[in-house]
Amino acid sequence: MLSYIIRRILYAVPILVGVNLLTFTLFFVVNTPDDMARMQLGIKYVTPEAIEKWKIERGYDKPLLFNPKLNGIDQLTHTIFFEKSIAMFAFDFGKSDEGRDIGYEIKSRMLPSFAIALPVFILGLFSYITFALIMVFFRTTYIDFWGVVLCVALMSISSLFYIIGGQFLVSKLWHLVPISGFATGLDATRFLILPVIIGVISSAGANTRWYRTIFLEEMEKEYVRTARAKGLSEHLVLFKHVLKNAMIPILTGAVVIMPLLFLGSLIVESFFGIPGLGSYTIDAINSQDFAVVRAMVFLGSVLYIVGLILTDISYTLVDPRIRFN
Amino acid sequence: MRLRIIVIRIAVFYLAGIVLVLLTACGQVWNNPYPASDVGKNILYNVFTERPKHLDPVQSYSANEIQFTAQIYQPPLQYHYLKRPFTLIPYTAAEMPVITYYDHDDYPLPSDVEVDDIAYTQYEITIRPGVYYQPHPAFATNEHNEWLYHQLDDKALATIYKLSDFPETGSRELKAQDYAYQIKRLAHPKLHSPIYGLMADYIMGLRDYAGVLRSAQSSQQGKEHFLNLNEYPLEGVDIVDDYTYRIKINGKYPQFIYWLAMPFFAPIPWEADVFYSQKSLIEKNITLDWYPVGTGPYMLTENNPNLRMVLEKNPNFFGEFYPEEGMPADYENGLLVDAGKPIPFIDKIVYSREREGIPRWNKFLQGYYDASGIGSDSFDQAVQLVGQGETTVTEAMARQGIRLETTVAVSTFYIGFNMLDPVVGGGRTEESRNAARKLRQAISIAVDYEEFISIFANGRGLPAHGPIAPGVPGHRYGEAGMNPVVYNWVNDGPQRKSIAVARYLLAEAGYPNGIDKKTGAPLVLYFDVTARSIEDRSMLDWMRKQFQKLNIQLVVRSTDYNRFQDKIRKGNAQIFEWGWHADYPDPENFLFLLYGPQRKVGNSSGSASNNAANYDNPEYDQLFEQMKDMDSGPARQEIIDRMVEILRYDAPWLWGYHPKEYGLYHEWYQNVKPNRISNNNVKYYRIDADLREQRRREWNKPVLWPIVVGLIVVIVILVPGISAYRRYESTMGIKNLKSRTS
Repeated sequence: MLSYIIRRILYAVPILVGVNLLTFTLFFVVNTPDDMARMQLGIKYVTPEAIEKWKIERGYDKPLLFNPKLNGIDQLTHTIFFEKSIAMFAFDFGKSDEGRDIGYEIKSRMLPSFAIALPVFILGLFSYITFALIMVFFRTTYIDFWGVVLCVALMSISSLFYIIGGQFLVSKLWHLVPISGFATGLDATRFLILPVIIGVISSAGANTRWYRTIFLEEMEKEYVRTARAKGLSEHLVLFKHVLKNAMIPILTGAVVIMPLLFLGSLIVESFFGIPGLGSYTIDAINSQDFAVVRAMVFLGSVLYIVGLILTDISYTLVDPRIRFN
Repeated sequence: MRLRIIVIRIAVFYLAGIVLVLLTACGQVWNNPYPASDVGKNILYNVFTERPKHLDPVQSYSANEIQFTAQIYQPPLQYHYLKRPFTLIPYTAAEMPVITYYDHDDYPLPSDVEVDDIAYTQYEITIRPGVYYQPHPAFATNEHNEWLYHQLDDKALATIYKLSDFPETGSRELKAQDYAYQIKRLAHPKLHSPIYGLMADYIMGLRDYAGVLRSAQSSQQGKEHFLNLNEYPLEGVDIVDDYTYRIKINGKYPQFIYWLAMPFFAPIPWEADVFYSQKSLIEKNITLDWYPVGTGPYMLTENNPNLRMVLEKNPNFFGEFYPEEGMPADYENGLLVDAGKPIPFIDKIVYSREREGIPRWNKFLQGYYDASGIGSDSFDQAVQLVGQGETTVTEAMARQGIRLETTVAVSTFYIGFNMLDPVVGGGRTEESRNAARKLRQAISIAVDYEEFISIFANGRGLPAHGPIAPGVPGHRYGEAGMNPVVYNWVNDGPQRKSIAVARYLLAEAGYPNGIDKKTGAPLVLYFDVTARSIEDRSMLDWMRKQFQKLNIQLVVRSTDYNRFQDKIRKGNAQIFEWGWHADYPDPENFLFLLYGPQRKVGNSSGSASNNAANYDNPEYDQLFEQMKDMDSGPARQEIIDRMVEILRYDAPWLWGYHPKEYGLYHEWYQNVKPNRISNNNVKYYRIDADLREQRRREWNKPVLWPIVVGLIVVIVILVPGISAYRRYESTMGIKNLKSRTS
């Protein structure tokens, strides 16, 4: 198992380099270091001298990927790409173009993102599985039929509609919770209720249908017939046997996104004024802050890889037949 | 049956409990986004959409930054809150600066001396004694008068995460050397002041000073971060005594006085620079750029630009009073009710970050923001026309006691012609330049900005007749201010010339009916814009139609903002849209946008260049050089009139429009006279917190029936659902058996 994990981590290195290179290339296709300097310095009275000074101080005065003026390995190492990328592998994200420590910002913004994403994840998983099991229990009845119709309807509506509609009904018309904002401690609850409910409902259609499909597939297997033949009640068959055996596909979907919960949601955070990492990324893109964009993409890639490894490990826990050696 | 009874009993129990909770909560507001402890307090609730990047006055420039820094820092001068046109008055200065001209031998010259005889201008500024800094750890000392926090070690920093974690604070009196210190910071190699390039042209020795500081910094590389600017004299700044300092400007630059009302020239105490230069604090993001230290009416006590920024009254600020005089309309509008009273009135200002327009607007309507702008989505809901172009709030807004305040911004949105382009700018010959001018004039008539403002700006704008915005000296009103190239004066108002006139000019330009006389090909022009959202497509279509009136084909070239700027810098655009917001209310700040040496292409001066049209007219340039050094008066106005006349004739821009800004204010929000020139206005505002609390309670009573209905629905579904489940499960085995056997 350990050797498998080490191997997977080593595989991750070229993936991360590739992601980094791609982000770097895409960013600098759209923005030049001069554009970045102008964005930071303002365009009204900025002089070529000020732009040059800014680039030198931030290390953007070097060539992007290849330095033809030097020889040997220096041609690759004395470039913006190398100098800006290498420290990230030690999780040293450096400073944003505004001069703020990115690591500190990420730490302080992770929690608000997590405060929404975790309840949405847990409540969502619980309710989607429950509803899917209910639909499977009542399969081929009108409850199942209308359940699927409802799921399709929920899937067809944009998540933005849920947010705007939820804010309109619950906050504006009924005055039950604040429209937007955030607080620390227990006071955060009243700000989180609505985004969490909306987060759960907006994904309900697709997820419930997905779990229903998984359970129906399991229902056709022979062990289910055996369980019934033993005289087990239908709810015991579903909850004790089908649910357990459907865990692998459930885990594939669920565990992989667990580390990404820290990264937050761009739209939800924006509409509900949550000071999380989603809005941090959006701000960085808008202000052409390459240091932050690169750090967030890198962090996202790392967390995704961690999620995949965790998924693999979790397989061994739910299915004794799976062994990595 | 027994299970059903148990479920019903549990449901009734919980329902009763919830109803009880709801009843006890009646009369309370549930959707208040602020802490309960703030209810009824003298707090102004404001909003910001874009996070400020810099709060260090040497770097901060954009409007979203100055809204904070202007309340915290005190430059020597400020604008009178009520007087129009904008009038500078002393702020920390005891009186207006004494301006003296000197010749090359350092002899003072009379004030009416010729500009060419002036070697430099000296501004002598005397500040008021008794002005104190906000409480700040940088000033904290122990009983032996030693600085407590100027040399922090890891142990001392272990519990420090933000500025308020420092247990001790101190203050000291404002000194003239603090102003000198800040001026020197404009050239600091580690800071990137956006006005350094401009000021280096004017403040004596500032350009060389940057080199001095660079060498000083490199010589102490690796030792410490702090560069004590007091040890490095700057030629252009003298400290006379504790309360007096002098700034020397190369030649004459009358507009410099306006810069003295901006935070760039606010004081910075050297103690703050030492304190914030500590590496350990920088690593914790505790910097001057994040935690300002000023003498102004407010101090920043919470800086979380992703959520909220909080300003609180500076306990050391006193001695300023609400203005006692204003414009005649100010008396009628109740803006002088508080005349002579000490300011600021408001204890605390909470700025909340709202990125999206919908929650921002709804929270304003609920009374949780005290003021709001008007987005295009909510315009019809908020504002109605009441004839003659006058606007007022809708009945629904009026019922809520919301009022509308409007002001014309000192801005202009225009469409520029690249004068280096052979078609719209003309070539080398006089004939081709004349033809191009007639083409530009024809287009100026064809593009109907009155219609544009009505359709795309909801009427929020004034068609421009020249570059100078209303409210700025030099702007002419009425018939004298009309652009005779585009308008005729009819029935006491300007009327756009008919399209026939434009067609005639087009034919004169060599394009009869939009066809190039020489080649026989239709005239195609290119309009460069920044990348547009889908909503703006109609605006671009409208623009095409305006050109179509002359049978000119307009091709829209849309790029991202970076590429757009690049095109402008390189002169690759033909027709482009741009805008300008003035830094100070002087015509020079508009007219320099068309000054030849400021042109984008071919500008090798190293200075900033803002002449995006690359317009270059020797007569205009000569008049500009003459005008910029003159004091306001009839002689200057005469030159400005001539300059504007030249511009109108040459038509390097479609003059576009000057935007009107609309703001909505709740009835409890008083003393508001909006403008975009003076930014330190919060100290004049007053809030009736009791009235606001009363209105919030009226407007935000929780509506409880949806909860009750929701619970009933759940029970109604749950009870038969459970019985269906039991029935279904009991028949399941039989069903399965049947399905297998059949």
